[in-house]
Amino acid sequence: MAHNHDHDHDHDHSELSEIELRVRALETLLTEKGYVDPPALDELIETYETKIGPKNGAQVVARAWSDPAYLERLRADATAAIAEFGFTGRQGEHMVVVENTANTHNMVVCTLCSCYPWTVLGLPPVWYKSAPYRSRAVRDPRGVLLEFGVSLPKDTEIRVWDSTAEIRYLVIPERPSGTGGWSEEQLAELVTRDCMIGTGLALQPSELEAAQ
Amino acid sequence: MNGAQDLGGQMGFGPIELEDNEPNFHAKWEERAFAITLAMGGTGSWNIDTSRHARETLPPPIYLTSSYYEIWTRGLEKLCLDKELITEAELKTGHMAVPAKPIKQVLTADNVAAALAKGGPADRPEQQPARFKVGDKIRTKRMHPEGHTRLPRYARDTVGVIEAVHGVHVFPDTNAHGRGEQPTWLYGVLFKGTDIWGPDSDPGLTLRIDLWEPYLDLA
Repeated sequence: MAHNHDHDHDHDHSELSEIELRVRALETLLTEKGYVDPPALDELIETYETKIGPKNGAQVVARAWSDPAYLERLRADATAAIAEFGFTGRQGEHMVVVENTANTHNMVVCTLCSCYPWTVLGLPPVWYKSAPYRSRAVRDPRGVLLEFGVSLPKDTEIRVWDSTAEIRYLVIPERPSGTGGWSEEQLAELVTRDCMIGTGLALQPSELEAAQ
Repeated sequence: MNGAQDLGGQMGFGPIELEDNEPNFHAKWEERAFAITLAMGGTGSWNIDTSRHARETLPPPIYLTSSYYEIWTRGLEKLCLDKELITEAELKTGHMAVPAKPIKQVLTADNVAAALAKGGPADRPEQQPARFKVGDKIRTKRMHPEGHTRLPRYARDTVGVIEAVHGVHVFPDTNAHGRGEQPTWLYGVLFKGTDIWGPDSDPGLTLRIDLWEPYLDLA
C-alpha cells in the first residue's frame, strides 16, 4: 500500500485504501464531467480550515457577555445579531441562542444527522456526528457530560436541543466569575467550542493561565 | 424512515471518543470528500433533504460502521447515480465515458465565499395561519413513514408543549422526494424527559425538538 496512513489511526489499511480510492475516482470523474471546478474545491477546504471556526462563535459569546444591548439583539434575532460580525450563510441561516443559567444547562445534538451551526462553530468534530453522542445525548445528557469532564449539580435542569430542522442553536455559557472589566478579546479566550455546544463550560480564568 | 440514522435513545454504542485539538480533517481524502460534496450541492442538482435521505438510506450495517465523510461519499455517489449525472461503469473506472449532463451551475472558486455567505435559507412566506400557538399542548403523531421524515422515533406519539413558532419552513418529508417544498409551519416543541423515556428518565431533563405542523395534533 503506497498510501499515507499517518493520520488515519482509526482505520485499518484495507478500509482506508478503499475509501481513498473511492473518493479519488469520484472526484476525478466529477471533474472530467465539468460538474466541479478543482480550484473551488481547494477554496472550500481553505475556507473552513482558516476562516470559519469556533473563534467566530467565541466573539459572539464574548460580546453577549459584555454588551447587554447586543445580548438583547441576539435574543430577538440571533441570525441578524450574528451577521453584525459578518458571520452568515451556510448552516447558520436560522440562528437561535440559548443561555445557560445557574439552574439550567443547555446542550445541542442532531440525533438524525449532523446539523451544527457552521457559521459560528465551523465543521463539527467527529464525536458530534458519531453514534455514541447522537444516541445518548437525548436520553442521558448528565452521563454524557461526565464523559466531557462536566459534573453538574443534581438539581440543575438540563435541556437538550435536537436540531431536527434548519434552526441552528448556539449555547451562551455562563460568564465565569472574576472576569469583571475584561475586554471582549480576553473574554473570547475563555469560550471553547464545547461550551458553545453545551458539552463544556467556559474556562475559568485560572484554567486559561494553566493553558498558556 | 426508521433507518440507522435515527439514533436518539439507542443503546450500546459505548463511550464518546474525544480527541484533543481535533483537526477538521483526519486525512486528505476527507478534505476531498467534503469539498466535492459541497461543490456538487452547489450545482443545484438536488436539495439538502434529498442529500440527507441519500445518506440515511445506506444499509444500517454500512451506515453504522462508516466514518461521517465515508457516509457523505457514499451518499454523493448515490445522488449522482440517481440524477444520472454519472453511470455505474464510470464510477468503477473513475473516468468519463459518456458526455456530461447539463447542470444548473458550477461552483467556481471566485463564487465560493459568496455562495457560503448566502447559504440556503429554508423559511418561506406564510400561506395560511399557524394551527398552533405558544402554550398549546400537542401530541406528536404515531407514524412510521418509509420516506424521509424529521420526526425522530423517540419523540413519536408523545405529548409536548409549543414553546416557539419559528415560521413557515420547507417541509423535508416532501422536499426530499421531489414532491415540492410544501412549506408549512415549524414549531419548537418542549417535551418532558419523563414523557419521552418514562419514569426512569432523569427528572431534570427536558427536550426541545423542532417539528413541522403535519407531525402534530392538539392533545
